[in-house]
Amino acid sequence: MRTARRGLDADAPLLGRHHRGTSALHRARPGAKLAGLALVGLAAGLARAQAPAPAALGVLGLLCAGVAAVALAAGLGAAYLAGQLRRLWVVLVLLAAVQWATAGPLDAVAVVAALVGCVWAAATVTGTTPVPVLLDAVVSALRPLRRVGVDPDRIGLALLLAVTSIPVVAGLLVDSRAAAAARGLPRDPRAVLVPTVLRTVAHAHAVSEALAARGLVDD
Amino acid sequence: MIRLEAVEVLAGGRAVLHPATLELCERSVALVGPNGSGKSTLLRLLNGLVLPSRGRVLVDGDEPEHALAAVRRRVGFVFTDPDAQLVMPTAVEDVALSLRRVGVPRAARDARARELLAAQGLAGLADRSVRELSSGQRQLLALTSVLATEPAVLVCDEPTTLLDLHHARRVAGVLLAAPAQLVLATHDLDLAARTERALWIEDGRVRLDGPAAAVVAAYRASVPA
Repeated sequence: MRTARRGLDADAPLLGRHHRGTSALHRARPGAKLAGLALVGLAAGLARAQAPAPAALGVLGLLCAGVAAVALAAGLGAAYLAGQLRRLWVVLVLLAAVQWATAGPLDAVAVVAALVGCVWAAATVTGTTPVPVLLDAVVSALRPLRRVGVDPDRIGLALLLAVTSIPVVAGLLVDSRAAAAARGLPRDPRAVLVPTVLRTVAHAHAVSEALAARGLVDD
Repeated sequence: MIRLEAVEVLAGGRAVLHPATLELCERSVALVGPNGSGKSTLLRLLNGLVLPSRGRVLVDGDEPEHALAAVRRRVGFVFTDPDAQLVMPTAVEDVALSLRRVGVPRAARDARARELLAAQGLAGLADRSVRELSSGQRQLLALTSVLATEPAVLVCDEPTTLLDLHHARRVAGVLLAAPAQLVLATHDLDLAARTERALWIEDGRVRLDGPAAAVVAAYRASVPA
């Protein structure tokens, strides 16, 4: 674990932020993009279930390449996709190690490829669609379910918070690592994880109170 | 008008706020006093974030306990730390979320949000990630998002505590000029002295209530140099 770094972290957050553009993907309907994202997830899940069959690995490889090609065609850039991997590398390495140990190297490759494909697809959707537009699309799609007691605004807000909370929690982790290093405990996982979890819970409580105060949710 | 009738707040059997009856009808009201004295609890009563254990709170005749949505439409709330309050990725999107809540049509939200940001001198930050903004800029943005809903009452819990002098003065200027009744808790006694009325709260009781300049002077004199 690093205890000091040169300069400040300027990486884009995981799942990125909206990049203005005029590509076909930028102009596509948000509902269609969300449906595409769901299809990528479904395909990755089905292919992953067939691993370590070579055909499944081939499908996952094509899936990643296809998603990357779509992202590049939308002008998001290779650095944007690489940034997503940089944010995830610890998770990817841990997943690969566990899969390798329990199921073999081909399964490890399949799991990592499936996750990368899904993250790139999600980052491509969030990178080409403003979050409020996604929120409106989700709320519109769920509106017919209001008759059976579903609150579309509440579900839309929950999804919005899930996406926007990722960089917040990542920031809390960075702060906890810095605080642990400052106390001379840079390698003690408890000194990093315990305050991160406690501050995440406190943040969630504060956000819930602020949302209520803004009238966005009822208590 | 805000009215508290024999309002008491208990926590674990202990009174956080002792029975208080108040009418707040001035254009601006400041709550001063030490940490833990009950200022934040009193503010939270006004928006229904805390409900009284006894007595009742009335905001323009509505009780938060029975008409929560109506009260929250009228009462905007600004917290000390804006991080919890800003939930959208960019500044313009966060203001637009407030506009969505008050029913501004989708097509008009972005332009209106940019106008509101420009009015607070934040036009250049509209498309920036809220995480890239300084604490002062984030507090100004949180304030803009709340003012976008055109509240009749603006409640602020120590809104300048985390800010540098420059941003504290900017936020204070926006608060005092806001087209809403202002009720704020603050340790910034210069800001408190600029309001019309102040309440010195200590140990859950209103120790002194009157013109802001006099109350602030008395509170200042009570604290050893």
